[in-house]
Amino acid sequence: MAVAPRSATGPAAFKRRGRFRPGDTVLYVITLAAALSGLVLLVLIARELLTAAWPAMDRFGLDFLTTKAWDPNKKLFGAASFIFGTAVTSIGALLLATPISIAIALFLTELAPRGVRGAVGVLVDMLAAIPSVVLGLWGILVLGPFIVNTLAPALHGTLGFLPIFSTKPSVGSNVFAAILILTIMIVPIISSICRELFLGVPQELKDGALALGATRWEVARGVTFPYARAGIAAALILGLGRAVGEAIAVSQVIGNNVAIHWSLFDAGDTLASRIAGQYIGADTKLQINSLVYLAVILLVFSLVVNVLAQIIVRRVAGRHSAA
Amino acid sequence: MSISVQEPPEPRSTEEDRPRAGLPSAFDPSKLGASAPASTVAREPVFNIENLSAYYGAVPAVREVTFDIHRRMVTAIIGPSGCGKSTFIRCLNRMNDGIPGFRTEGRILYHDVDLQGSNIDAVSVRRRIGMVFQRPNPFPKSIFENVAYGLRILGLKDDLSGRVEEALKRAALWEEVKDRLKRSALSLSGGQQQRLCIARCLAIEPEVILMDEPASALDPIATTRIEDLMHELKRDYTIVVVTHNMQQAARVADLTAFFSIEQGEEGHRAGVLVEYDDTSTIFTQPKDKRTEDYVTGRFG
Amino acid sequence: MSARAAPDLFRSERIRRRRAVNLFVELLATGAALLAIAVLVIVVASVAKRGAGALNVDFFTKTPDFAALPGQPTGAANAIVGTAVIVGLAILMALPVGILTAIYLNELAPKRVANLLTLALDVLNGIPAIVLGIFVFVLLVNGHGQAAWKASFALAVLMLPLVARTTQEVLALVPDSLREASLALGAAKWRTTLSVVLPQTLGGIVTGATLATARIAGETAPLLFTSSLAGNAVSYDPREPLSSLPLFIYTSAEQADPKLHEQAWAAALVLIGFILVASLIARAFAARSRQRLAGER
Repeated sequence: MAVAPRSATGPAAFKRRGRFRPGDTVLYVITLAAALSGLVLLVLIARELLTAAWPAMDRFGLDFLTTKAWDPNKKLFGAASFIFGTAVTSIGALLLATPISIAIALFLTELAPRGVRGAVGVLVDMLAAIPSVVLGLWGILVLGPFIVNTLAPALHGTLGFLPIFSTKPSVGSNVFAAILILTIMIVPIISSICRELFLGVPQELKDGALALGATRWEVARGVTFPYARAGIAAALILGLGRAVGEAIAVSQVIGNNVAIHWSLFDAGDTLASRIAGQYIGADTKLQINSLVYLAVILLVFSLVVNVLAQIIVRRVAGRHSAA
Repeated sequence: MSISVQEPPEPRSTEEDRPRAGLPSAFDPSKLGASAPASTVAREPVFNIENLSAYYGAVPAVREVTFDIHRRMVTAIIGPSGCGKSTFIRCLNRMNDGIPGFRTEGRILYHDVDLQGSNIDAVSVRRRIGMVFQRPNPFPKSIFENVAYGLRILGLKDDLSGRVEEALKRAALWEEVKDRLKRSALSLSGGQQQRLCIARCLAIEPEVILMDEPASALDPIATTRIEDLMHELKRDYTIVVVTHNMQQAARVADLTAFFSIEQGEEGHRAGVLVEYDDTSTIFTQPKDKRTEDYVTGRFG
Repeated sequence: MSARAAPDLFRSERIRRRRAVNLFVELLATGAALLAIAVLVIVVASVAKRGAGALNVDFFTKTPDFAALPGQPTGAANAIVGTAVIVGLAILMALPVGILTAIYLNELAPKRVANLLTLALDVLNGIPAIVLGIFVFVLLVNGHGQAAWKASFALAVLMLPLVARTTQEVLALVPDSLREASLALGAAKWRTTLSVVLPQTLGGIVTGATLATARIAGETAPLLFTSSLAGNAVSYDPREPLSSLPLFIYTSAEQADPKLHEQAWAAALVLIGFILVASLIARAFAARSRQRLAGER
């Protein structure tokens, strides 16, 4: 870097050459390039996937979304049964996980004695750290048999009149197992976000309700939940997104069957799981293109889900800091 | 019933009420806002506080406080910062329960029932002894829903709108909000929000209203309205108000308790009750030198 | 003494019902927390119990052999080495880019640009691993063949938002007064950033990187498309597909051979053990750097 010569004193010595020093420019350019990588990757992902899926998209069009078959021999591929499977497993997992996660978050922020909070919080977070393939392994070898031998007969015996429990499984690989596994995966996600939200409710609001003679549950119901409403919605959306995108564990336990059944004890398949399961066996170009088409559907969904959740999160943060 | 304090006060006649030499004219008794000298109004204790000490863990906040609080009067609690005024008032409705390590000794009798007894439910206590906080804390709901909150919890859903209107009228807020009950409470000014919090408290018809520096976050005009409100409310409710503003105490209170900080034997400084008497006495003829020093502004 | 009768402080139907509801909810909440812990314990116990049996020296030194005779020792040495290579390369790829990204976003970028790029990173974070796997397949593998470095690339893409986000958070913790002190001495922005700000954040960066590593070590989906056709021999060459622990578990679990199941459990135990150790190290590091920051102030 050029420095003004020592002999020069006075204002002239302060004159700078150009707006940036070269070092600054170099740092700026390098870091900007790095930072753009996120954006570039997003664009690249969209482009590459669309390009690779195009032959299948061109051939099947939007009918792909309503075609139930997936037949490599007949060269007929469709996403309908996987969309159905994805919907059933994710929504099922969300229905189970929501009350459990919110209850855990309440427990950790209001009810548990201080000493216990840290330990229990860590344990719940560790649930999130279990790799999905390990959970899937456990699902196949431990949960599956348990469902076949104990859980399913019990549910089928008592609630068999309901369409969702109307068959009896012979193997442990079914939609029900997938729902349980997904629930285990998304509970820590939703509960940790809710925990932060509940901690962020101003104490003075809770004091106001307590001073009116409200019980702790009434404070939660009347003050905490409404205050955290938007954040809870974002948490649920993120949990849903996670459930939709989970491929490995689901493919291990769901049975990989192309069909639309009403009973949860039948096998099925989801978008993500079909991609994972079929890839190794896929030989024709059309099959691969169709698999990428499935990935495109997944991508669109996850983009919508994520952008939605991020918008909610940013809007809530703005509102609460302004209030 | 006499007030329990270090020594029972001598009955005084009003002709001898003269400001002590040296007291600033701000405490001219003729300017005091309190109504007829409190000694002439029949008194009825609502609280009997007996040797109350409060601790945060090992550190005492107040020590051996003993006095009574009387029905349908405004009792002010004054004193320098850190003398435990807020801690004390929060004991009266069990609001300190949630603080880890907090404990008390002594008794707080509310209509002869010890509020800290093991069979007493804090939730029920707070229904009857309400509280207004230093900073207005309305819920982020509509004005109507803020007032209705306590009613809904209690299941008093018959004539909800009627009760809400009544409460808002008693809090002198109805005229200002009657056309916008569905609007958010956060759209009100600070003073209005505080009156809303008072209305919210009044809706469930408590007997006692505790106020922890209710006007300290408000501008002078809003403060005046709160003080006027206190005058009206004391006709029906027992009011205990903590304030660091002596003039405010002089304006609104019938009885005043002066707390100060003392070093105890074990070395901790904690709040103690120094003097408790009619407001006019506290400010014009205080019996304790510490009181006189405080009200004349020599310290604190 | 009092003119009114003592008010009802502890009776009445309504308050009893409300308290019952409150108690019920508290029990449910406690039950939910216990349920989560129970599931954690059951899963970890299953892995520990079933995996410990097959976790012997052979596991770490021998390689799989599907035609092995009973009694012939096999192991997962190739998978362990492969995972180390793939994850190591992924860290090398993701860490510099993530740190530089965080520097730009926190120190140099105008607010709007920073918001946009942060949003892009958050969205990238939410893309399912399977989609990323297919993306890397289409971009790099289709027509060119699999390779371990391509698997590392996929994992690096997965890691990038995590590293960038945690680095950004520690950068934001550095007080502005430090930056101003450096600038006031006549140091240029680049020097301030590299010599003054960055050193303060090294602890946080290590923590973030460790947590991100723990996160991707267990990812299977990206490996499916980039490094699944690996041989059984131990190899360190990133130009060819290498075996990996997650894929080893994935494929072994599907087989009918119970011996392979045992090995799958053992591999799961190794994986969980690694993740646990990495998380503990990260936490200890975070606690220590927090103490140091507090002490220095």
